[in-house]
Amino acid sequence: MFDKTMEAVALSGTVKEMRIQEALRETLRYEMARDQRVFVMGEDVALFGGAYGVTRGLLQEFGAERVRDTPISEAALVGLAVGAAINGMRPVVEIQFCDLLPLCMDQLVTHAARYHYMTGGRISVPIVIRNKFGTRPGGGPSHSSCNHGAFIPFPGLKIIVPATPADAKGLLLSAIRDPNPVLCFESHHLYGVKGPVPDGDYTVPIGLASVRREGKDLTIVTCGGMVLKVDEAAERLKEKGIAAEIIDLRSLAPLDKETILKSVAKTKRAIIVDEGPIVGGLTAELAATIQENLFSDLKAPVIRVGAAFIPPPHSGPLVEAMVPNVERIETSALRLVGGK
Amino acid sequence: MLDLSKRKEMLGAMLKVRAFEEKLNELYQNKVMFGSPHSYRGQEAIAVGVCSALVPKDLIASYHRGTGHLVAKGADLYRLLCECIGRLDGYSKGRGGKMHMGDLSFGFLGNTGTVGATVPFATGAALAAKIRGSREVAVSFMGDGAMNQGVVHEAMNFAGLWKLPVIYVIENNLYAMTVSLEKSVAVKHLAERAAGYGFEGKVIDGNDVELVYHETLKAADKARGGEGATLLECLTYRWDGHFGGDPGTGYRAREEIDRWKERCPIRRFKEKLIAEGNLSEAEFEKISGSVYAELEEVSAKAQASPLPPKEVEIESVFAEPELDSANLRASPSGRGQ
Ligand SMILES: Cc1ncc(C[n+]2csc(CCOP(=O)(O)OP(=O)(O)O)c2C)c(N)n1
Repeated sequence: MFDKTMEAVALSGTVKEMRIQEALRETLRYEMARDQRVFVMGEDVALFGGAYGVTRGLLQEFGAERVRDTPISEAALVGLAVGAAINGMRPVVEIQFCDLLPLCMDQLVTHAARYHYMTGGRISVPIVIRNKFGTRPGGGPSHSSCNHGAFIPFPGLKIIVPATPADAKGLLLSAIRDPNPVLCFESHHLYGVKGPVPDGDYTVPIGLASVRREGKDLTIVTCGGMVLKVDEAAERLKEKGIAAEIIDLRSLAPLDKETILKSVAKTKRAIIVDEGPIVGGLTAELAATIQENLFSDLKAPVIRVGAAFIPPPHSGPLVEAMVPNVERIETSALRLVGGK
Repeated sequence: MLDLSKRKEMLGAMLKVRAFEEKLNELYQNKVMFGSPHSYRGQEAIAVGVCSALVPKDLIASYHRGTGHLVAKGADLYRLLCECIGRLDGYSKGRGGKMHMGDLSFGFLGNTGTVGATVPFATGAALAAKIRGSREVAVSFMGDGAMNQGVVHEAMNFAGLWKLPVIYVIENNLYAMTVSLEKSVAVKHLAERAAGYGFEGKVIDGNDVELVYHETLKAADKARGGEGATLLECLTYRWDGHFGGDPGTGYRAREEIDRWKERCPIRRFKEKLIAEGNLSEAEFEKISGSVYAELEEVSAKAQASPLPPKEVEIESVFAEPELDSANLRASPSGRGQ
């Protein structure tokens, strides 16, 4: 399941089974111990250990200066992180869910993302903003968005979307050490998923996708919580004699076009599966990229499977209707391979 | 002094608010409810005290801990409960859930899960009332934590500047999720901030329903008289955890919770009425019994009601353009009741 970089690390050290939130927590702890500039702030992150338990225990270990509960002030929180970063720190901010990112949009995209460029490279803004995303029953219009794709068009921002515990660690470590603002989208659907995580110091480069499964008949490009559904669809396709290659993007900005194009050049067919809206954003960007580069190689047009273009609803059946499911992915794949 | 029937009505309303919260919690435990309740238990005197002082055309904007406000303002319990459990008959057809509703038929501007977001809406509704001279008052309910959102400051500045008929009701339950007020603000009382916007701020006992009523009435009269906004900081406590899965004890001392339960707004009011000789235990039991029985009935009916069909209605994302000219007059009836 790891890409080559990971395998090399895994071979050299011990590997522990853990959930994504534990992997994230271990990473924060590791880097806070290593780098005195790293500190954590956000609503409920200290005493309570974070709304999703990621920062549990850090307060006890690192004290209240470096693990800070904050007022409910997202815009200022991101703005303060920018200021602290400019002045030599490496803040890691937790925003409880991605629906709240629009509150800090100005600080994030108009200022943080542009600082390096607009100051002629004199000032950089090494901040990490962790937040949860994912559409689920009961979350509703203000608690279950998938707006990860919406940040792609802002130059200067990096975006990571880990889908395995090992990637969560490797990507978060890269993010904290990165001199740029990095948004880390953690899938609601994956917090509880367990997987092997190599010990010690290793990073997954930001901007490198992973081939989650190899196959020759079609490429399915996806990220975040959707990898689980794509895995399942690939299993079903396998029973029908179709070998799907699965690419887990891991980073949305920069996008690893090379890995995607290499795969699609091989399989000649592609589906983009995303939990975010099908209009604009990630699926559109990828479909266009593939068609622009591989038009004459493709045996069929690129298919997009994404969320319906409605606000995330509250009730279960409506969420089911909105979010891509295994059947939709499988049917799209069958349509794509057609006579094969 | 309020007349006795009004006072008994307020007692019944507080019981109804509480019974509704208890029902929601039960439905959450039984996995009937989508998402999590945010219990209002312990804060009933605020919703009921405020809403009892308003007239039906007055408006309220609510927040995530909002079911109590809606019950107190006169929501239909069946439709409200249906929405909480994601049914088609709910106020938002199951799309919004308990945090995302709105219905002007009972003066409810709406609520949302983003802390502080509705504070400018109430302020804008007050602006509308002022522009058309229709004398409605808008109430903005919010938690203490909301006072740290930028948009709340911006809205309050408008209210001060334009003397808008709005009442900001802060339900200071001392915590925002798990973070205490002390760790969130450097001032002793949030009401102090009102001075910075040029209107009056008061700290009051939010567990005393009659006090909340009288203070709201004063603020509403002031607003209707063109004298602008008031901020009422109501001191209270939420008995339960922040949301369904939170026992509420990890960050609050047991003794603190017990001490506040001693100050139960319902029991206090009941004992006051009994001490005055205006209520008997038997009468209280009767009121309470009928409230809880009503909820059982509503709950059974709501649980038997249909879920929305599993389909995506993209068309319903946009409203239809307004074709009839009756709405062009800037009158309250333009609200389409
Ligand atoms: C802008 C925003 N930030 C964070 C959250 C997550 N959150 C939901 S409720 C809450 C605490 C709100 O506290 P307060 O305003 O005091 O209301 P209370 O819950 O105490 O009634 C937080 C942090 C949110 N919903 N919206």
